[in-house]
Amino acid sequence: MIYWEIFWAFFVANLLGYGGGPATIPLIQIEVVNNNGWMTLSEFGDILAIANALPGPIATKMAGFIGYELGGGLGAAVALAATILPSALAVIVLFKFVNLFKDSPKVKLMTKSVQPIIAVLLAVMAYQFFLTAFENSGMLHLILLAAVSYLTLIKFKVHPSFVIFGALFYGGIFLT
Amino acid sequence: MKPYLELAIGFARTGVTGYGGGPSTIPLIEFEAVKKYKWMTEEEFGEILALANTLPGPIATKMAAYIGYKVKGSMGAAVAILTHILPSIIAMLALLGVLYSFRQSPIVSGMVQGVTPVIGFMLAEMAYRFYQKGSQGLGLPKNLMLAAVSLVFVQFLEWHPGILIAIVLSTAFYIAHRKEQAIKKATDEYMPVREKSS
Repeated sequence: MIYWEIFWAFFVANLLGYGGGPATIPLIQIEVVNNNGWMTLSEFGDILAIANALPGPIATKMAGFIGYELGGGLGAAVALAATILPSALAVIVLFKFVNLFKDSPKVKLMTKSVQPIIAVLLAVMAYQFFLTAFENSGMLHLILLAAVSYLTLIKFKVHPSFVIFGALFYGGIFLT
Repeated sequence: MKPYLELAIGFARTGVTGYGGGPSTIPLIEFEAVKKYKWMTEEEFGEILALANTLPGPIATKMAAYIGYKVKGSMGAAVAILTHILPSIIAMLALLGVLYSFRQSPIVSGMVQGVTPVIGFMLAEMAYRFYQKGSQGLGLPKNLMLAAVSLVFVQFLEWHPGILIAIVLSTAFYIAHRKEQAIKKATDEYMPVREKSS
């Protein structure tokens, strides 16, 4: 039952992702690439690239597209429901009890403690992408593109969509 | 009809102008909710944001759900969420559809190769930001230790990160619980009279 598998994959990834949509990216990758083998890491990377080039929340773009690839319109709806509904319902229900635990030291310590794990998951993913780039296009292009990404995104604060479209353009000309 | 229309416009606008995922759209949502349409006060917005941050999952849709619900009940929540997420999902399907139909072409494979290091860099930068947040919250030694432990378990022992996250969450809950108990016990011992009178 593919729809149930889609639901479970996105439900788990979003349940464990503390820190908003971006924190769920490595968890989605683990469900979609490692656990279910629905796509390769490089396919996942393409989807992530386009998702980063477009505005809007990242988790729902990933869920919508991957769900659609796997199970059409219904697949997309199932993946989106699993991503959004549990936390959306929880916010509405729990707001009535907000004062009970908004400043709770428990919640604060829990949120803080997950940050280094997410950092490591993201770092491992970054490493995998650098490794793929090294194997496919060599050290020279990898260093050049990574250095230009640093300069444009961090130093000169260029809009990420320009950087991604620039890299697509560069690859289309020099890496074919 | 007007409240629905306002919800739709406000959340569609924030959905297509925010870059870098949900967290970066929060200030834009605040502008619509507090300044433009006055659905709530700044204080209330801050309270919901604090609560939403304590729950897992995407942050922008949690905010859309609550604000939509507050303005117009369940239908309002549905309108706010859908107008916020649909435009970018449709754009995503269209763009990737075009790219995929030329999947075999060497130009497209070159484009994919070109973008791989950029995504690697973006992820590395995000990893660094989460690491920094951890350092601010936990202090450098604990943060470094947790990061090292998770690297060993996830990468070398190949544990599912969910198991590790669940263990860390329950340990953090237990430690904070013990601390609360200790503080409560101390106040009970030193201020028994005030405790009774209140």
